[in-house]
Parts: sequence; structure tokens; C-alpha cells
Amino acid sequence: MRFVPARFPHNGGVPPSAPLSGSSRGRVLVVDDDAALAEMLGIVLRREGYEPAFVSDGARAVATFQQTRPDLVLLDLMLPGRNGLQICADIRAQSSVPIIMLTAKGDTIDVVQGLEAGADDYVTKPFKPVELVARVRSQLRRGETGQAENLVISDVSIDVPAHQVTRGGEAIALTPLEFDLLVALARKPRQVFTRELLLEQVWGYRHAADTRLVNVHVQRLRAKVEKDPERPEVVLTVRGVGYKAGPP
Amino acid sequence: MSLPTTEPATTSSPAPRSAHRATELRRVRRGLQRRAHRVRRRAQRVLRRWSGAAWHAWRSSLQLRIGAITMLVAGVVVVIVSVVLFNQISDQLLRVKRGAAIDQAQAGVSYAQSQVAGIVTGDAASVRSTLDRTVRELQSRNGAAGNFDSVLVYRAGDTPRPAASRQFLYSALPAELVDAVDAGTQAYQYALVPNSSQEPVPTLLIGAPVPIDGQGGEQVDLYYAFPLDQEQETLSLVRSTVAISGIALTLFVVGIGVLVTRLVVDPVRQAARGAQRLAGGRLEERLTVSGEDDLAQLASSFNAMADSLQQQIVQLEGLSQLQQRFTSDVSHELRTPLTTVQMAAEVLHESRADFAPHVARSAELLYAEVNRFELLLSDLLEISRYDAGAAVLEAEPTELGPLLHRVADGMALLAERHGCRLDVATPARQVIAEVDARRVQRVLRNLVGNAIEHGAGRPIEVTLAANRTAAAVTVRDHGIGMSSDAAQHVFDRFWRADPARVRTVGGSGLGLSISLEDARLHGGWLQVWGQPDQGAQFRLTLPLVAGADLTGSPLPLRPAVVRRTGGRS
Repeated sequence: MRFVPARFPHNGGVPPSAPLSGSSRGRVLVVDDDAALAEMLGIVLRREGYEPAFVSDGARAVATFQQTRPDLVLLDLMLPGRNGLQICADIRAQSSVPIIMLTAKGDTIDVVQGLEAGADDYVTKPFKPVELVARVRSQLRRGETGQAENLVISDVSIDVPAHQVTRGGEAIALTPLEFDLLVALARKPRQVFTRELLLEQVWGYRHAADTRLVNVHVQRLRAKVEKDPERPEVVLTVRGVGYKAGPP
Repeated sequence: MSLPTTEPATTSSPAPRSAHRATELRRVRRGLQRRAHRVRRRAQRVLRRWSGAAWHAWRSSLQLRIGAITMLVAGVVVVIVSVVLFNQISDQLLRVKRGAAIDQAQAGVSYAQSQVAGIVTGDAASVRSTLDRTVRELQSRNGAAGNFDSVLVYRAGDTPRPAASRQFLYSALPAELVDAVDAGTQAYQYALVPNSSQEPVPTLLIGAPVPIDGQGGEQVDLYYAFPLDQEQETLSLVRSTVAISGIALTLFVVGIGVLVTRLVVDPVRQAARGAQRLAGGRLEERLTVSGEDDLAQLASSFNAMADSLQQQIVQLEGLSQLQQRFTSDVSHELRTPLTTVQMAAEVLHESRADFAPHVARSAELLYAEVNRFELLLSDLLEISRYDAGAAVLEAEPTELGPLLHRVADGMALLAERHGCRLDVATPARQVIAEVDARRVQRVLRNLVGNAIEHGAGRPIEVTLAANRTAAAVTVRDHGIGMSSDAAQHVFDRFWRADPARVRTVGGSGLGLSISLEDARLHGGWLQVWGQPDQGAQFRLTLPLVAGADLTGSPLPLRPAVVRRTGGRS
């Protein structure tokens, strides 16, 4: 509308480690087969100061991801060529970049499958631009932590500015979202967090949203940090209320 | 079952002691009665249990029933046949014996007549010797009737002088027979007569007067005694043979009955098991068909039925899956362009200040209507998901108080716009229920939104309560209310209380239908009470444990104030 930059030929056009232009707040890869929607997303993202990149073919999604090295991925779950879930899992296997699913189905099974495949958040079509931008902003805000801070839950220690989680000197790889979730719990070890509170603090939702986000990510986090995910010691469930950190 | 009780002794003892003993005895008697009562009750219980078990076995086992009935019928038939057979044989046996015996007796009489013709003239000694000799002679004449003893009696006046081949035989003769022979007739009788070793033996007795030339008063009678021990032996042999063969025959018939029943019952039982498994959802269950008889026909028609059932169920499942696929595809195909339209509308809407007035207004209308369309579409898709049976309950323990407060907070803005107050009352105690928080929130938002819309600006009361099995939320407004007719239709899809009324909140017309489905998915209730100009109250009741049956609600559906004042609050 206002300022439309020339469209880069993304396939190899941008070197993987190309520095962002000064005005860009981050590069967003849009994986969607619907040209109109992709273009509309591009308009909205550019208006907010993000730099969009596009891929419409599921089969080329991972390759494009490797070339563009985006700061965030918007991924449509229903794609021709390749299943969105598979792409999600593939990207997650090589990167901890935030992934937001665009899903047409609000059905539990689809959402949960997407989250389990590694997505950090999702928006259900039809969504409003504000909603989408709020999700994107919230995911990109991660990792903006400052002063030195060390936290301990059970036998797991967390170095907050270095984004490092270790057990007995051994590093545990977490995605930024899982890291933020763990840090939120660890910072207030006595507090019981309701799912709504976690949604607000970790995902940045202002009003009630889907608590399945929290459930699935707690499961994922437990699978990584607990010795026995069936008997959690780090992230404890408080029946009927929510979650809390285990004793240090 | 009752134990003997002792009568209290009240006689022959001093009064105080007697009274004391009487109370003592009464106490003992009461104790005994109680114990007797207990024992009787226990026995009745045991008897009832046994008879119950027997009755159950009788009702549940066709084989047992047929076996028992066959045994009864065969037993009765065999008993009747045996009795008839035995009687025939014994009659025949006795008739032959009696014929031979009578023949022999008649021969004996004529012989004796020749021997004792002149007995009257002789003295006592000669009479005795004549009688003895005759008896001996008679004994030596064997006949067809087998062993026998004989008695020859000479009567002169009242004293009989018997001469017998066996001692005491005459005294053992029955009086009726003797009387009959005395009267001058030939007679026979069966009686128990002691044999030589004094054991009573069934005997055929025949008596006949021997004609003599007496001047009256004198008389000679001849008695024969044919012991029937041989016949008895034969008869007992016959009896045991008949009994054994009868029992064997009965058992044989029962065996055949049970065997035949088994041949029929086993396949039927197999079919019953097959049907049970089929009913249990194992659609691939089939019976083995062997031969071409009725049972094979049963098996093959059972299999045909199972085939057609399976086919129909698979078809229905396919249809349901098709419907779900359709819903999901429509969902995707509609939602993607709608997203683009909505985003474009929003971008236009935000820039409307730069447009000419009529373009700006168009942008506003586009924006509002696209949003309404989106709401309608998502409600439609939600209800079609219910219709396709694709809705899944994601129940987990949730504290309902905070959830209710969150809903109220979310609706505060709308309430403020309508100028009405939301009063939320939750119990001090935590209420935790296994619910799908997303759906319950949706229901509550819907109910509160409805109450705000129809509440005419008057305060709205939202109340949470719980008992041991269920939790309930009531949402009460004091608005225009509704007739009972309206209350019946309020959950219908696209139903409107007053078609002429302008909607202020909007809504798809599916909100309450979806809420009702949400409540049902939880195994809960969503009910409404309403009266014109009295307002309305919706009540959502949910079981505390997912899947439990509801028996009641902790809150009344009819508001208390209205009840007290008889509908005039």
C-alpha cells in the first residue's frame, strides 16, 4: 500500500546470514499455498515492519527455510505437496525458530498434532490482523533478557541470559518457548500458575485462550527435562489449578 | 425351626421366688425366641438363595429343562408299564397255580371220600388212624400244583379232630375259610401261614367238605395248603427285572433326550455367543456353517444378518466420515478466503479516514458484516461438527470459580455498554470439576451474553454452587422474560423469541444450540426457566467427574424469590 519493497527472489536471493535491513523488525517466512492469503499476510506484516518471505509449495518449504533463515515461520497446516505437520517437524528438528501454525480447523486433534510436531503457537482461520501480529510479536520478543540470573528447579539449573539449561553439567536443548515456560515457573517457585496465567506470561495472550497450548508444551518440556516424565519432579501438576515448579 | 421353650413354673413355690424365677424364665424364653427367630431367618435366607439358584439354573439351561421333563415323562410311562406288566404276570402265575391246586383238591376230596366213608362208625382211635393214613396217602399223591400240605379234619359236635401233614397247620387256618367249609362249600383263600420252621409264608389255602354218610353233626373237611414261595421268588425276580429294565430304559431315554438337545442347543449357544460378540461391536464375528440342516440354516442366516449389519455400519461410518471430511474441507476452503477478506476489510477499515465518506462507510459496513459472517460460519461449523459426531470432550480437573470470574470479566465491557451490573456469587469452597474448560467457558459466555442482551439493563445474577456429585451455574436476568412456549424453543437453531425485535448483540442464532450440545457432551444439563416480565434463568449442571450420571442439581431451576411470591417478585 504505502511502501512496497521489491520482491526478492528468495530462492537463493538472500544469503542465509544476510544482515537485516535497518527498518526490519524480523524476517518472517510465510508457508501458504493460497496466493491471495499469502499476499495479504505480506501486506499486513510489512505494514508492521516485518520482512516477509514466501513459499507456496510444501515440498520446497524446508529448502526455502534453510536459504532464508527467517526469525519466525508462519505455516499453513494444509498444503499441497507435503503435510504441514511434517514440515513443522522437519524445521523443528534443525532449528528452534518460533513456528506459528495457521489452521483452518479448531479441532483438538489438529491443534494438538501441530503443537506436538513442534509449533509454538497457532492462529485459527479466520483471524484478524491484530491477532496475528500480536502472536508474531509475542514469539519474536523471546530471548530479550538482560542481567545475569541463575535459577534451579530440582536438579535442573537454568542460566537465563545464556539460554542454557543443564542437568549435572549436561546441556538440555530447549526451544525458546519451552525455555521461557521453564523460566516463568522457576522464577516464582512457590506460586501455582494457572494455565491462563502461563498463557499470559509465556505466550502473551491478554485474554483467555486455548489452554491446550499450555498442556502440550508442558508435556514437551517434561519430555526433555524430567528424568521420568510419568513422575515429574521439575514441572509439577497442581490438580484442578495448573502447574508449579518442583522444589530446588 | 423353633426351639422348645419352657413354660415358667408358677406353682408350688413361694411367691417372691416364684416371681423371680418367672421373670428369669421369661428372659430366657425371650432370648431363645430371639435366637430361634434369627436361625429361622438365616435358614429362610439360605433356602431362598438355593431355590433362587435352582430356579435360575432351571430357567437358564434348556438342557436341564428338557432332561428333567424327559425323565419325568419317561419315568411315569415306565412305572405304569411295569405295574401293568407285573400285575399281568402275577395274575397269570396265580391263576395257573390256583387251577392246578383246585384240581388236586378235588381229586383229594374224592380219594378221601373213599377212605373215610365209614369213619362215623369207628371209635376215636380208628378215626385218628384213618385220618392219619389218608393224609399220608394224600401227601404221597403229587400233582401239578407243586408242594403242599394237607389237613383232614373230622368234626363230631364241637370238637374238631385234625390230622395234618404238618404240625399246627390246622390252628393256622383262617377262621373265615374254616367257617365257609363248615358251611359245606368249597373255598380258597390266600393267607400268611407259618411253615415248618414257623416263618410266615404266603400260602394258597383250599378247603372242601368231604361227603360222608353221617347222621348230622359229623363232618370231614379236607384242607390243602400250597405255599407260594416259589411263585414269590419268581415274582420278585420278575419285579427286579422289570424295575432294572425300567430304570435303564428311563436313563436311556433321558440320555437320548439330553444328547439330542445338546446337538440342537450347542449350535444355538454358539449362535447366541456370536450374536453377543456381534452386539459387542465385533462386526467380523461369523458362525461356522456345516451341513444343510436347520441349524446350518440358522448359522447361515445369522451370518447373512451379520454381513448386512456390518455392511450398513461400515456404510454409515463411511457417511459419517464423509460428512466430517466435508465439514473439515468446507471449513478450510471457506476459511482461507474469508481470512483474506477479513484482513483486507480490516486494512481498509483502518484507513477509512483517508476515504471519501461513502467509501469510508462502505469499508465500515464491509468490516462489520465480514465479522458477522465469520461468527456465523464458525458457529455453523461447530454445530456441524456436533452433527457429524466429531466433537471430543477434553475433560480435565478445572476450578470453576476462577473460570466463572474470568468469563464475567470478559463480559464486563458488554455489560457496561448495556448499563447493567453483573453480580457473581461463588462458594467459599473450591469447586473442581472434570470439564472441558474451553466449552464450559463458551457456554457461560453465551449465557451471560444472552442475559445482558435480554436483561433490560437490570442486574444479572450469576451463581455457582456444588454438591458432592455435581456443580451448577445459574444465570438470572430480570428482563422481559419469556413464555413457557418460548422456553421450549429457546435451544432450537436459528430460533428467535420475537422476530420483529432488533438484535443488538448480534449472534448467529446458534449460540444456545451449541451450548446445549456442549452441556450434553459433558453429560450435563442446560435448562431454562422463564416467565413473561419476570426475567429468565438458565441453569447449567455438570457432573464433577467426567462421564458420571447426573441425578440432581445443586441449584433450583426456578428462582427462589419468584417461588415465594407466587410469580410476583
